[in-house]
Order: sequence, then structure tokens, then C-alpha cells
Amino acid sequence: MTPRRRRMTLVIAILAGVSIAGALALSAFRRNVTFFFDPTQVAAGQVPVGERFRLGGMVTEGSLRRAPGSLEVRFVVTDYSHDVPVSYTGVLPDLFREGAGVVAHGRLAPNGTFVADEVLAKHDEKYMPPEVARSLKRRHGESRQEATPAAAGPQGAPPQPPQAPVSTAAPPTAGAGS
Amino acid sequence: MNWTWFHRLGSPPHAYRLAQRLTPWFAWPAAILCLLALYGGLVLAPPDYQQGEGFRMIYVHAPTAWMSLMVYTTMALAAAVALIWRIKVAHAAAAACAPIGASFTFAALVTGSLYGEPMWGTWWEWDPRLTSELILLFLYLGYMGLRAAIEDPQRADRTSAVLAVVGVVNVPIIHYSVSWWNSLHQAPTVMRFGKPHMSPAMLWPLLVMLIGFTLLFAALLLVRLRAEILARERNAAWIREELGA
Repeated sequence: MTPRRRRMTLVIAILAGVSIAGALALSAFRRNVTFFFDPTQVAAGQVPVGERFRLGGMVTEGSLRRAPGSLEVRFVVTDYSHDVPVSYTGVLPDLFREGAGVVAHGRLAPNGTFVADEVLAKHDEKYMPPEVARSLKRRHGESRQEATPAAAGPQGAPPQPPQAPVSTAAPPTAGAGS
Repeated sequence: MNWTWFHRLGSPPHAYRLAQRLTPWFAWPAAILCLLALYGGLVLAPPDYQQGEGFRMIYVHAPTAWMSLMVYTTMALAAAVALIWRIKVAHAAAAACAPIGASFTFAALVTGSLYGEPMWGTWWEWDPRLTSELILLFLYLGYMGLRAAIEDPQRADRTSAVLAVVGVVNVPIIHYSVSWWNSLHQAPTVMRFGKPHMSPAMLWPLLVMLIGFTLLFAALLLVRLRAEILARERNAAWIREELGA
């Protein structure tokens, strides 16, 4: 009985030790583990100055501007408390939508514009047929308000105002770059 | 409580025969459910409002990713039981889990890459979710490599079991990576508190596929466990009787 107890304690001790070590290491590396910074962190100056980093958030509705005759686009990335204007030249991913999540990789220019050289679409975790999305949009009430933006992390982004326009039913025409 | 059934599981001949008897009871339902879910997911389910037809990748990607975690948890549990109660069959079960789990993890990474390119616009990013899942693959491969590197079977069992138990801390990290850190990967659709964020017509094939994959894992584990017991007990008298030689 006693050796078995000892082995059980040993296994639990190993597990506890590794968990604590892992938790300490991960909290120490928090900045490095984070895949992108949100606009609030950019506004607070927490981003590496003059270096490439990723900016993540939601594309503000109605902010997409295309330069005629080129692939240059401008849009605003928001976490509903701060905004960062983004400029990008290239083809946008098919799932790029106004009101949907986006992760842009690039540098912050001195004028405060984020100059991206890569734009990735970050879709949310909701799946539904197009008819359901259309009817949800028609009676845009409670179902839109309870939706949370996919880009908001718990400690990354501040809590979100309930009236924030979230893209549960954004028209699929908004940003297809191809 | 009567624990004799548990102790009997530790007897190699009993475990061998039980595994043999149970295998078809998992294998056939697994085949039927996977085919049903494939038909439901590829034909019956409506396209997604955002991702269109491409979202059907979820019917393979999500269940393989869930299985990669479930198999690891099973393996670590078997390893812990084997370490504490000194049960050789449990060591054999843990060893039998590793290649299955590695295959599911590899499949989750490959399907995720194929899914990520059309949806996100990238095959691979060093994102917390993707990176921790890659570490899971390395844990499986490391466990298999460690077993193969130690010649004495008893030492191989114990050393690799410690690695399996230690590696289990990665399982919650993978699951919560999307909520602890900013990630390109979206939050869980089904494995969350509250209702799944998915229409019922799309959801049922996904759940049927998950059950089918779980049964498939059970069937594969039983077959591999028998092979593992045969290799370990190859000189035992009961095997000669069993095989009628």
C-alpha cells in the first residue's frame, strides 16, 4: 500500500510542478505568445516602435476605401474603444469583410497609419446557412447584440459595448479582392 | 466497491481476449457513423453564410483536432495508472495510443493548413493555437522516440510514461490558447459553455463525426493493444494456447 501511495503522490507532484512551471513560463512570455496587438495597445504605446508587428481587430463598417486603378486599399481597424487606420497594397483574402475580424502585419508609420504588407481574415466562430444570416439581419435585434467580436481577447481588448455593430450578417460582397 | 474487474484488466490474457471481443462493437458503428456524418456534412448540410462551401472542411478538421487532444489525455491517463499501480497492460495501452494520436494530430494540422489558406489567407502562422498543436505532435513523436531508444522494456515503459504525464499540461493550453491570447484561430464553436454557435442542420453531422471518430479511436486502440500485448508476451504459454500452436 505505502509504495503505491508514494508513487501516486510522485505522479501528482510531477504534474503540479510542471503545471506551475508552465504557467510561470507562459505568463512571462505573454507578450511574445500574443499573435497580434489590438488598437488599444497601439494607442497606449505598448507596441514595438519602428518594428514589424501584427495589428488585429474589427474592420470598421463603411471605412473601406479603394484607390481607383490600383490595388491600394485603406480601412480602419477598431476594437470599439480605439481606431487605427490601415493602408495596404495587395489582394485581400476572400473573407475580408467590413465589420469582421482582421489581422494585418506591418509597421506603424510616423503619421499613425499602419502600413500593412500582409492582411489575414479572422472569421468568427459562428456557422449558419445564408438564409438564417439574412433573417437575423432583417430583425437585427437581440441576436446581433449578444454577438461578440471574434478578435477580442479577454485581457487584450476591453469589454465591448453591446450596441457595437458586429457582422453577423455582413453582405458577402463587401471586400472580395479577387 | 468491488475492484476485481479492474485488477482483471491488468492480466494480459484477459485484456487480450476482451480487446478481441470488443473490437467489432466499436469498428462497425465507427464506420457507419463516419459515412453517415460524411454524407450529412458534404451533401445535406447547407453552405455557410460567410465561408460558403469551403466550411465543410470543418467536418474533418474539427473532429481530428478534438481527437488529437482526447487521445493524448487517454494516453497520459493510462501512463499515470501504469506508473501508480504498476500495470503492464496500462503501459501497453499508453504505447498503443501514441501513433494513433500522432496521426490525428498530423491530420488536424494538415486539414487546418488547407482550411486556413482559403479562409484566413495563410497556410501557416506562428499563432498560439497552431504552435501548441504542433508541440502536441512533437510530444507524441518524442514519446514514441523515447520508447524506441530505451532497450530495457521496463525502463522504456516507466521513462516514457513520465513524459506522457508531463506533456498533458499542453492539452488545456491548446484548448484555451484562443481565449488566453490573441489568436488568428476563432474561439470554440461547440466545445464551449452554452449553446453551440452553429445551426442544427450543420451541427449534427459534426457531432456524429465526433462520435464516429471516438469509436474509431477505440477500435484502433484495441487492435494496437492486442499487437502490443502479443509482442510483450511472445514467450508466454497462454499465447501458444491462444493461437492454437
